[in-house]
Amino acid sequence: MEYDFIVVGGGLVGSSIAYGLARQKYKVAVLDGGDRSFRASRGNFGLVWVQGKGADFAPYAKWTGQAADLWPELVAELANKTGLGIDYQRSGGMHFCLDETEWDERMQEMEQVREHTNGSFEYEMLNHAQLKKHIPQISSAVLGASYSPQDGHVNPLYLLQALQQGMDYHQVDYFPGQAIDRIEAQQGGFCAHSTQGTLSAEKIAICAGLNNRRLGEMLGMDIPVVVDRGQIMITERLQPFLNFPTLHVRQTAEGTVQIGYSHEDVGLDEGTSPSVLKKLASRAVSMFPFLARVGLVRAWGALRVMTPDHNPIYQQSVTCPGAFTVTCHSGVTLAAMHAGPVAGWIAGSDEPDLINRFSTDRFNVSPG
Amino acid sequence: MKSHYQLLVIGAGPAGLAAAADAARLGVDVALVDEQKAPGGQIYRNVGAAGERVKDYLGKDYLRGKRLVDEFLQSGATYINHAPVWYLDERLETGILVDGASHFIGADRLLLATGAQERPMPLPGWQLPGVMTAGAGQILLKSAAMLPTGRLVLAGAGPLLLLIAWQYLRAGVKIEAIIDTTPGSDQLETLPRLARALPALDYLLKGLSFMLAIKKAGIPVYKAIDNLRVEGRESIESVHFNTVRGKSSTEIGIETDTLLLHQGVIPNIRLPLAAGCKVEWDAQQQSWQVAKDIWGQSSVDRVLVAGDCAGIVGARAGELQGRLCALEIAHQLQKIDLEQRDRAAKGIKRSLQRHLSIRPFLDALYAPSQAYQLPHDDTLVCRCEEVNAGQIRQAVRMGCVGPNQVKAFTRCGMGPCQGCLCASTVAALVADETGASMEQVGYFRVRPPFKPITLGELADT
Amino acid sequence: MFRLVEDSGSDTVTLRIEDREYAVPAGISVAAAVLLCGIDKVRTTPVTASPRLPYCMMGICFDCLMRIDGVPNQQACQVEVAQNMTVEYQQGAAELLQQE
Repeated sequence: MEYDFIVVGGGLVGSSIAYGLARQKYKVAVLDGGDRSFRASRGNFGLVWVQGKGADFAPYAKWTGQAADLWPELVAELANKTGLGIDYQRSGGMHFCLDETEWDERMQEMEQVREHTNGSFEYEMLNHAQLKKHIPQISSAVLGASYSPQDGHVNPLYLLQALQQGMDYHQVDYFPGQAIDRIEAQQGGFCAHSTQGTLSAEKIAICAGLNNRRLGEMLGMDIPVVVDRGQIMITERLQPFLNFPTLHVRQTAEGTVQIGYSHEDVGLDEGTSPSVLKKLASRAVSMFPFLARVGLVRAWGALRVMTPDHNPIYQQSVTCPGAFTVTCHSGVTLAAMHAGPVAGWIAGSDEPDLINRFSTDRFNVSPG
Repeated sequence: MKSHYQLLVIGAGPAGLAAAADAARLGVDVALVDEQKAPGGQIYRNVGAAGERVKDYLGKDYLRGKRLVDEFLQSGATYINHAPVWYLDERLETGILVDGASHFIGADRLLLATGAQERPMPLPGWQLPGVMTAGAGQILLKSAAMLPTGRLVLAGAGPLLLLIAWQYLRAGVKIEAIIDTTPGSDQLETLPRLARALPALDYLLKGLSFMLAIKKAGIPVYKAIDNLRVEGRESIESVHFNTVRGKSSTEIGIETDTLLLHQGVIPNIRLPLAAGCKVEWDAQQQSWQVAKDIWGQSSVDRVLVAGDCAGIVGARAGELQGRLCALEIAHQLQKIDLEQRDRAAKGIKRSLQRHLSIRPFLDALYAPSQAYQLPHDDTLVCRCEEVNAGQIRQAVRMGCVGPNQVKAFTRCGMGPCQGCLCASTVAALVADETGASMEQVGYFRVRPPFKPITLGELADT
Repeated sequence: MFRLVEDSGSDTVTLRIEDREYAVPAGISVAAAVLLCGIDKVRTTPVTASPRLPYCMMGICFDCLMRIDGVPNQQACQVEVAQNMTVEYQQGAAELLQQE
């Protein structure tokens, strides 16, 4: 076998896994798509987010918390190896509540997560006056917010770049512009036939986002990927005014304001729609009235790699052991987890606690 | 303004004006939408209000625009001015911004006539105050009756550069020097095309007369140069280059207050791409063109294209293409039958042929120089985000196989101009570094808004 | 450096560019006015604080961004001069607009 591992997919998930494996001195090849491939990283909001996750699924609450805690180390390590800054800040994050009902429901969710994590999840419910101290421009239409000091944000594109340069640092063979024709299990490992030819490896990780269903089938895995479109907008650069990322509005290190959060079931369509853009703009302006006079520079759609219950899938094929998949829509928040414990699991070292809770068994599908 | 027309024309340059006027006369319910205050596009900018002296300096060709504008204004077509198009997608609902309010207009047929832009000419120091495009100089003359004063240098290649030099001479502007970057090596290749261009003899003679005027005025013209760069701290102070003769090279520096650059024009394909139109790379013109037939029909059912936005053809040919579009649209909408369409088209097609015959010659003669397509590492490629050619080359070496990946990692193309001034350079650099063809490399994804809109204006749609 | 063509029209408007008042022909763009009045720059860039003047004059380069009547990031080549208009440099990223 030419390689120890082939990782299919060079996005945030694939790059984290490949980087993590290469860091342990394994010989890794990455097969990545092209310039116009679907890339969830281009639609990512850049949140390194803990609050609210896993309120209805305790393992995810714990998993996410651990992932966020591993982040600072990953940033420092990547900066060391590549010299790249990725604008990571563990600034704390806000989730706005617009009325009493929302506020109460939110508090309950926060409590659930605190329970699931045995108290390690930290949060605070802020009323309007308290919120305004931190975010002076917030409108009176926002009643309050849930705040967690464990939330942060990062530039997801720079993260991807840093991971790719980290891969290069550890001598990963990176093949861009590839289309996978087929993957076969064979004696001693796996063979991947793609645009550039054939590669062989002992083990293979399918981290190709929306392509995971098709590729998984080749290796006896039934991976239920659900396509979900989010539309995002970005404004011109502004002087800094917002120190806390939120789900709907985030000011980047460049000063541009990212506006988002929408879900649509439209298939493989990365387009935009005036009605959703209008909604996003209205919501942003209702939260920050001064934004009404701020110019929009770009709006786009991107496809999330969703699973039926929104929680990640970590699965090893039963009929083709040595074939794995990592399928999730939180490639940023979970990046350090993927580079660390998950890469370790794929390499055959200790199975991290909880990882078996994320297998495809939970969907009553054939696990392969 | 209604919410639906039979035909919506975008762009009030020669192609759009002619198309809208003819369509209206043929009984089509047509509206023309344009971002400027008055019709004319860029080539006939402000032709309705320009003063006598300005019109004199600009020459007879500019006056043709007045007739075209009048024809349009009298045709019965609806004219919606000060209306930039901020949104368009494959559903073909056009979002325009009028008086701070967004309106969507539907149409049975959409005609895109959004014209061209200058091909970017990146060189060291091109971002300094005092450096502008030749087109900017023309716009200042046409719309503000302004002429350069102080020291002026022109640099680049193409008919527009000759034209503006001639116009400035008529206006008494002193030109310090013309730096002619026309590639010299292809003279032999251009000769056969010259023969085929003879039907457009008037263009050839016009070009010659411009060159003669420049010679007569005694303006120093420098050819066969390289290493063109601008120097200055807070603004342009001088322009420098090397003249190459055989093995010897002489460095020349010219102090100047204003430098006007030109490297030809390229189609503005953003709205055609947004509508889903197929584009093709044209190796001769070194630009993307919108795929269309002789009638202007694009690859998208209800969308037609005319004028420079589909491929550079010039003002006269653009006007004729607009007229053919109008005939085709009138036919598609059953205002005229096939026989009427073809009969009316005959003379237009002949005229169009004649005006198009100059293109291969001009395209070969004024092929863009590699030097400005593949600039030095320290040259700014993205003026908005200040990304230089070296950073782009580095991104490609690190694995980016296309312009969108380069953009994601360098921010090149993420600024307010959204790639208007850097797209062609980025693609050329990627092709050069990877050895891929321009078709393989592709282009920046186009996304709305295509003109500025505020969040408040969007929220109030 | 630019001048007007002789006899090019009589109507003028007075506007303020930074801290001085200027009389310019009615109907021209703010970008043209800036060039006519010999102003040194329209803005400084957000990334390196470098000075810029208008480049394309047709609305595609976005180099002519200025603060006009208090609103930042306006393309000066797309805005017509008006009586008593205030025009200021756009220094880097747009300054916050406070609204209650």
